[in-house]
Amino acid sequence: MTITVDHPANPAAGDADRPMGYGRIQRKEDPRFVRGKGHYVDDIVLPGMLHGAILRSPVAHARLVSIDTAAALAHPGVVAVITGQDLLGLNLAWAPTLSADVQAVLVTDKVRFQGQEVAFVVAEDRYAARDALELIEVEYDVLPAVVDARRALDPDAPVVRDEIEGRTDNHIFDWEAGDAVETDAIFASADVIVSQELVYPRSHPAPMETCGAVADFEPIDGTLTLYETSQAPHAHRTLFAIVAGIPEHKIRIVSPDIGGGFGNKVGIYPGYVLAVVGSIVTGKPVKWVEDRSENLMSTSFARDYIMQGEIAATKEGKILAVRTNVLADHGAFNATAQPTKYPAGFFHIFTGSYDLQAAHCTVTGVYTNKAPGGVAYACSFRVTEAVYLVERLVDTLAHQLEMDPAELRLKNFIKPEQFPYLNKTGWEYDSGDYERAMRLSMEIAGYDELRREQKEKRERGELMGIGISFFTETVGAGPRKHMDIVGLGMADGAELRIHPTGKAVVRISVQSQGQGHETTFAQIVAEEIGIPPEDIDVVHGDTDQTPFGLGTYGSRSTPVSGGAVALVARKVREKAKFIAAAMLETRPEDLEWEKGRWFVKGDPSVGKTIAEIAMGAHGTVTLPEGIDGNLDAEVTYDPPNLTFPFGAYICVVDVDPGTGHVTVRRFIAVDDCGTRINPMIIEGQVHGGLTDGVGMALMQIIEFDEAGNNLGGSFMDYLIPTAMEVPNWETGFTVTPSPHHPIGAKGIGESATVGSPPAIVNAIVDALSPLGVTHIDMPCTPARVWEAMQGRARPPV
Amino acid sequence: MQISMTVNGSDVTSEIEPRVLLVHYIRDVLRLTGTHWGCDTSNCGTCVVLMDGQPVKSCTVLAAMADGRAITTVEGLATGGTLDPVQQGFMQEHGLQCGFCTPGMMLTSRALLDVNPHPTDTEIREAISGQMCRCTGYATIVRSVQWAADHPQGIHEADETVEMATTDEMDQIHARIADATGEEVGA
Repeated sequence: MTITVDHPANPAAGDADRPMGYGRIQRKEDPRFVRGKGHYVDDIVLPGMLHGAILRSPVAHARLVSIDTAAALAHPGVVAVITGQDLLGLNLAWAPTLSADVQAVLVTDKVRFQGQEVAFVVAEDRYAARDALELIEVEYDVLPAVVDARRALDPDAPVVRDEIEGRTDNHIFDWEAGDAVETDAIFASADVIVSQELVYPRSHPAPMETCGAVADFEPIDGTLTLYETSQAPHAHRTLFAIVAGIPEHKIRIVSPDIGGGFGNKVGIYPGYVLAVVGSIVTGKPVKWVEDRSENLMSTSFARDYIMQGEIAATKEGKILAVRTNVLADHGAFNATAQPTKYPAGFFHIFTGSYDLQAAHCTVTGVYTNKAPGGVAYACSFRVTEAVYLVERLVDTLAHQLEMDPAELRLKNFIKPEQFPYLNKTGWEYDSGDYERAMRLSMEIAGYDELRREQKEKRERGELMGIGISFFTETVGAGPRKHMDIVGLGMADGAELRIHPTGKAVVRISVQSQGQGHETTFAQIVAEEIGIPPEDIDVVHGDTDQTPFGLGTYGSRSTPVSGGAVALVARKVREKAKFIAAAMLETRPEDLEWEKGRWFVKGDPSVGKTIAEIAMGAHGTVTLPEGIDGNLDAEVTYDPPNLTFPFGAYICVVDVDPGTGHVTVRRFIAVDDCGTRINPMIIEGQVHGGLTDGVGMALMQIIEFDEAGNNLGGSFMDYLIPTAMEVPNWETGFTVTPSPHHPIGAKGIGESATVGSPPAIVNAIVDALSPLGVTHIDMPCTPARVWEAMQGRARPPV
Repeated sequence: MQISMTVNGSDVTSEIEPRVLLVHYIRDVLRLTGTHWGCDTSNCGTCVVLMDGQPVKSCTVLAAMADGRAITTVEGLATGGTLDPVQQGFMQEHGLQCGFCTPGMMLTSRALLDVNPHPTDTEIREAISGQMCRCTGYATIVRSVQWAADHPQGIHEADETVEMATTDEMDQIHARIADATGEEVGA
């Protein structure tokens, strides 16, 4: 007979050696996913549910002259057609963004980017809804489009946001960090200055599952249940209360299983609002699920920074200062997701892993006729751009000084004893041992042997390149005093409840999109309380079921929510001590903890397990004064600082001299994220991020033509790496815990996406250096590399 | 029009519009929602099912074209309550994260192993090259398929050892945190 493997995760379940904490354990999520029993938004079907579809603008910039919806409304199965005029009546035509700007939900005055939402059809099935889109007649008066950010501030540039009173240009903000005077003085006297324009082109996170929602408004008691692809369900609830005017206690947001987020699912998109409006208007649940083209054309893009970077050094290779001016293309609405005080996110971490004497940056944001976004795709709030800037500049400097790029980095690293290290733009790095990680990465790579191989190949005319990136991340936003998103402080709550039989449920405010929270948060509780992870349920994503918090992005789950979970477990453990003391008729201070059990000091045979204590807490034991029964606790964790994980990456590429095709032959990634909760899951996070890096460095770009047509709006043109374009990743790690974090853990999720693109581009430039190539902008497609080989490298449009 | 097919071993008959895509028929009509829909240009492969044993992108097949065929979806991959070794392999080797590409990846892998029980890594990569994954970076998917190749009968109870952080490792970590903070942590 066959035996059903119901719980293949944690195979040791049932015996005495059950895992009680950190380590490689299989995921609690997997059994449902491998059976096709996940619960994603489009899997949800509610009684009477209708389907919504969005009509989108075919042009980038145009006055809306008229919309005729009569034919669409007459189409069989169509229940409602909603336009911007309808929303004006509901005061919902515009919605606030995460950057305190507003974004059109449906166009009322003019279209500002191709793919913008123009009308919403609600029908009985998804096919009928799509049919009806084609029956809506829209007349546009096409205007010239602002496409090139470099020309957005020209005096004669069309004004994208002329609906804002007094607005006569496309300027959004100027922001700076560091000390300009000090920096300029150092540059004025430096031996060596290297300047380079670096374009981080517009890309898109493109999660495999697109954005979608099912809205269910119950008119009798005025409650709204909204199932959403949301990385931040609690923040969405608050925003919906503000946007839609529904009292917050009557809104329930449910983020079910999410098919990848990567920052794409942080903001509130017009489609979500339209699903809600559709449900209010029709009195029935309304589902809206976008297709891939809609996802790529209208939801949050990433990057789009044009950076003028400069690095100053002595001729011996001591790096002195970095300065940069950035032009940031934010599209038609400033919907960038970042803490309020940081309009360029954490870009000012661009001083990197080096001990500088001065640094300064300015960032200017501009409107263009493109989709909104900017912060997404594992960027940690613009750290991708910052790391790319400094790591390319350091390589350019190494080339200028004719120094080995590894040697130059080793010479300039912040030393272990300098931590906590206050950099020149105001960040306090928590901990680091950079040289150790760099040396380990070089050892895994066989760096010296690689350089020898390269020399031999160069003599044969072969193009082999070795690229290094050593990065410092800044993740775990953030201290409430400095960091909020639209006024909501970036703290996270956790609640832990131990049931009478010793099983537990921990409720968290962050929202997994595949990062394995259901497993790793159980492991944190297991480590602290001594209950095996499979006996701990992790509840997330339902605002009715979980404490308030800001959600998962910026690799903030482990730093913030992970801290909250460790602390709530310790609070429960402390409570358990008092209950155990009562049960053992001893004093709490006479008890000692071993994982899973309080026992009497000096007499380990006398003690109570956490399960016994849980039963006691719910039973008839006379509890000490101040202990109110049950075994549970809740905390809100306001982190004192961010965490600063780091990594040493080495990439080896071969470039085909005839075609310019780049092959990433090897990639070595050494990461240090402090305490490692589950090495298997960390490795998976790193692998995924490295693949993002290959995508961005070699193939991904959302480009526009002069008319503002989006040229990257489908997977035919927006290229995602497959198994054929990526190597077998080689990973290693060091452990330098975060001193301020309750378990010493730092975030890791975005490190590889942040750290890998500069390693790949540095490798390509290294490969092409015999041809005189000193820089090539991403994406390094064969055509662009070939052009660079002919001395015609150009920035992407 | 009326169509009939075998889905995961059961006969189904439905009245449908001729234009209905197989992916929507499977998801919306049969309510087998393990098959996903990730793009609109036939690139991503999250909708892969087996049609007469061959992997097909069900977004690019009309339900009507599946008339008379045998379809296997992820829900039909386990037999008699026992997971297919491919399903076990994906769990053993962490071949999935968000889980959205997983059903399609596993079905393609099953079809590969049916004709090539001991594929090379390159053969696995080629076999799944019509499918995108945004989370895993593919290496663990390759390992997952190799695990399934190495365990053709699967396992009844997972034989993977659990590698927990050792007490020494944890003590070192706790000591370092204590050094830095002056606070005792861990237990």
